[in-house]
Amino acid sequence: MAASAWTVRGIVRRMLPVLVVLTAIELGSGIVLDTFEGTLLRYPTLLVLVPVTIGMAGNLGSILAARLSTALHLGLLSFDSADDRLVGNAVATIALAVTVFPLVGAGAWLLQTILGGSRLSLPTVVAVALLSGVVLAALAVAVTTITTYAAYRFELDPDDVVIPVVTNVCDVLGVLVLFGAVRVLV
Amino acid sequence: MPFAAESNTGAFCDWIRLGVLMTVREVAEAAYRESLPVLALSAAGGLFAGVVLGGMNAELERVAGLLVLVPALLATRGNVYGSLGARLGSALHQGLVDPTFSADDERVNAAVAAALANGIMVSGIAAFLAVALLSALGRPSASLPTLVAIALLAGLISGVLLTVAVVSVVFAGYRRGLNPDTLAGPVVTTTGDVVGIATLLVATRIVLALGGG
Repeated sequence: MAASAWTVRGIVRRMLPVLVVLTAIELGSGIVLDTFEGTLLRYPTLLVLVPVTIGMAGNLGSILAARLSTALHLGLLSFDSADDRLVGNAVATIALAVTVFPLVGAGAWLLQTILGGSRLSLPTVVAVALLSGVVLAALAVAVTTITTYAAYRFELDPDDVVIPVVTNVCDVLGVLVLFGAVRVLV
Repeated sequence: MPFAAESNTGAFCDWIRLGVLMTVREVAEAAYRESLPVLALSAAGGLFAGVVLGGMNAELERVAGLLVLVPALLATRGNVYGSLGARLGSALHQGLVDPTFSADDERVNAAVAAALANGIMVSGIAAFLAVALLSALGRPSASLPTLVAIALLAGLISGVLLTVAVVSVVFAGYRRGLNPDTLAGPVVTTTGDVVGIATLLVATRIVLALGGG
């Protein structure tokens, strides 16, 4: 479907409205960041953690979305809780979060300690990162599956729609979940 | 089964790569194994982006509203150039484009031109919306021309850099037998974050030096 419509005008016309809506949503997360600026400045380790947490959430979602989109293009995917490809990729997403997020927390703590000193302990930062990661991975699986299914039902090209929606929703959730984890653990 | 005698080896490798013949456990293990290295790389890039963001304190304080723009501009990089990567990845899987650079590949040229147009336009719109939102909320904000100029400049510079990164990585990865679907997303998000924050810093300094503020 995308193959026959690869013109500049066609791609811009299909993507720009989606991008503008997503940008408006992202500005919401920007306002949340602005609101928490005080907390971020008090604990600079959390400031270092912001882009990487948002980015990892978006990455987990976008890898899953790209795999599901290609499977859909090739007619290999069924939206069934018993579909091997769907379940296998969901399990991998959670496992990746559990592996990577503690390392991200330790890395942020280490960098901040080297560059300016961290007011938070290493276990606290690792716990914040791990809790954020597990919650975000579960949310990423849900958001990606629902969005891919919606694209399929409305006969939209998942390459145009799913990755932008998933990455943005995960970005916004990243900011919110991170601050939720901070509230609980710091 | 798709790998009958007439199938070529490349197509067979695609079927294996896409997990046609796998159980849940095998799908999960393959997805984990393929994704972990790029995720680790992107985590390192994200931490670097965080350090650069921390070093932007002076600019963030001087240009009110810049922090509000950060998630939107970073996401735009990921969205536009991630979609470019996904588009090229699906086209490679379907055999619609060749994984080599060529100035007269109209399909690739159109995808790249559309990505640049989208990236720059959305950056400007984000700045416009941010100023409108901040004034509606009664919060401090830099002038509209300043924020729009910063966003457009950052959009242009980062767009050129990310296009080069995406096309190179997806094509080179595919030629080496890697799945472009697993590569494109994280590589874009990683370079998108680092390039996005670094070019935002550069654009802000240029606009401030030219008298914005």
